[in-house]
Amino acid sequence: MTMKLSIGPITYFWEREQVLNFYQQAADCAAEIIYLGEVICSKRRLIKPEDWLAIANELRQSGKQVVLSSLTLLEAASEMSSLKKLCNNMDFLVEANDISAVQLLSTAGRSFITGPSVNIYNSRSLQLLANKGLKRWVLPVELGLDTLRDLQAQRPEAVETEVFALGRLPLAYSARCYTARSHNLPKDDCRFKCLEDPDGRLLKTREGQAFLVLNGIQTQSALTHQVLDQLPDLEALGVDVLRISPQYLHTMEIINIFDAARKGAKLEPLNRELLSYLPLGACNGYLLEQAGMQLNSETTHATQQAF
Amino acid sequence: MELVCPAGNLPSLKAAVDNGADAVYVGFKDDTNARHFAGLNFTERTFEKAVSYAQDRGRKIYVAINTFPQPKGFSRWQAAVDQAAGYGVNALILADIGVLDYASSQWPDLRLHLSVQASVTSAEGINFYHENFGIQRVVLPRVLSVSQVAHVITESPVPVEVFGFGSLCVMVEGRCLLSSYATGRSPNTYGACSPASHVRWEETAGGTNTRLNGVLIDHYGEGEKGGYPTLCKGRFEVGEHTFYALEEPTSLNTLSILPELRKIGVSAIKVEGRQRSPAYVAQVTAVMRAAIDQCLLNPADYRPKDQWMRTLADVSEGSQTTLGAYHRPWQ
Repeated sequence: MTMKLSIGPITYFWEREQVLNFYQQAADCAAEIIYLGEVICSKRRLIKPEDWLAIANELRQSGKQVVLSSLTLLEAASEMSSLKKLCNNMDFLVEANDISAVQLLSTAGRSFITGPSVNIYNSRSLQLLANKGLKRWVLPVELGLDTLRDLQAQRPEAVETEVFALGRLPLAYSARCYTARSHNLPKDDCRFKCLEDPDGRLLKTREGQAFLVLNGIQTQSALTHQVLDQLPDLEALGVDVLRISPQYLHTMEIINIFDAARKGAKLEPLNRELLSYLPLGACNGYLLEQAGMQLNSETTHATQQAF
Repeated sequence: MELVCPAGNLPSLKAAVDNGADAVYVGFKDDTNARHFAGLNFTERTFEKAVSYAQDRGRKIYVAINTFPQPKGFSRWQAAVDQAAGYGVNALILADIGVLDYASSQWPDLRLHLSVQASVTSAEGINFYHENFGIQRVVLPRVLSVSQVAHVITESPVPVEVFGFGSLCVMVEGRCLLSSYATGRSPNTYGACSPASHVRWEETAGGTNTRLNGVLIDHYGEGEKGGYPTLCKGRFEVGEHTFYALEEPTSLNTLSILPELRKIGVSAIKVEGRQRSPAYVAQVTAVMRAAIDQCLLNPADYRPKDQWMRTLADVSEGSQTTLGAYHRPWQ
């Protein structure tokens, strides 16, 4: 059986028009599953909850499985009331990005999905959450193929496994807004500066090495994690879903590449094409039990550019 | 308000107890805890002594088993739980759902605290761990303002412990992978952030470079005081500027808000620093003990003494302190 493709939630703050265009294109793309909603910052409100539901309904009519994604780091009481509303929506599945969403969904007797920031590192955790209604989980991004193999061997029945297959890695979350800080603005008067950086704001070392990306309260990798070379391994391990995390440009082209790859096209030319779509180059160390920033590949080394 | 102090070895544990800690938290000598550093932590022999030293003097001892085991290592975490429970410790500090499940079913009478590494910031999250594993206390991540902490306490089914002093994690704990992105080892998987095994100090013509697995974390000019290259406390370039883009080398210090923490119902104050020296533990414990006693005796007239503030600043990262996320403008 071929692995499914999903589009993860948009992690950046984009203009409303861009978001609407993005999902219009997504309606016709090869991905079977689409995650929707703001997962980083509750102040980003260009798309309102009712807009998300309208987008969700349209995508569902195009044949997509739609999942509503919850906020990752909850601090304010207002964020909890939004989360409760989200979890009360009976029309769509919810991706829990925090254990509080797991609690709300499981006590309501609803099945749920966990995102990459819910820590499932071993089979006993996976089994317990399966007993609570877990339907699909995303492997934490810092775990590798060896651990995935062990987890798959003990996987509870009817639980699907999803792997973060392409995107800048979600590495950390803070109370502090680093985008605002980098503009010397307080968080409470951030002026929505993150709109200016639709792929996040680059953080370089003092030697000019592209290292991290600031995305509001989230920190991402500057390099784009991509697992194209490992697709045969992932398929052999029974992974059900490959997640593509949206970037500002070329997401649909990237989905086409993964679609071709999962259907057995040769990886070498696809890798070269993929690299041309990434903002600052690729990495894949995590899946190979190494530092996440490392890149291992016969097919990508030759074309990886120096940044 | 209970004072909970760190100990990375027996001399530190004695220092904590002798200087007035109500409870001391420790870890074993492996990756089952989030201070997995060379030369640190307790073997079975020193652990036995630690338990009796604390408990003979009427103090409590907690064991942190707060990293996230993968399937191959899971039995090591089970062994750590069994060992701590076997010695009759007062509580385990746990983070992983699987480890909590094991501990609560294997040792139903053992008191469990939810580690900061579980990354729980809301009463709903606390409910999950309370209902499923019967946790009796939660340690909150360093991402909430005082009013947000107060709100959690109002709704939480269990008492709340917060950090009062020590090195400051600026990212929500348990969900920070910066260290493994650079080195392959994170607090979650390995029990260490920015591990010393990957640190390099490099003398250059213009000063000193500090590197983590080759990544330049900071550069210190001649005469500039250098610090350990903790990844989130280096100087980087963003836009046109080079600065401490994430956080400066600084420590958390809550002495000035102790009455507020007491008023909102904080049950325990935690001091960070199992990796620090016995002298650090002694000094910080003594200051926190005096401050908490003063605060409980007469909260209205409480003011942190200059001497306390100086002592804590002297043992702080970069010799400076902050209120961190407790204070909204920091965010």
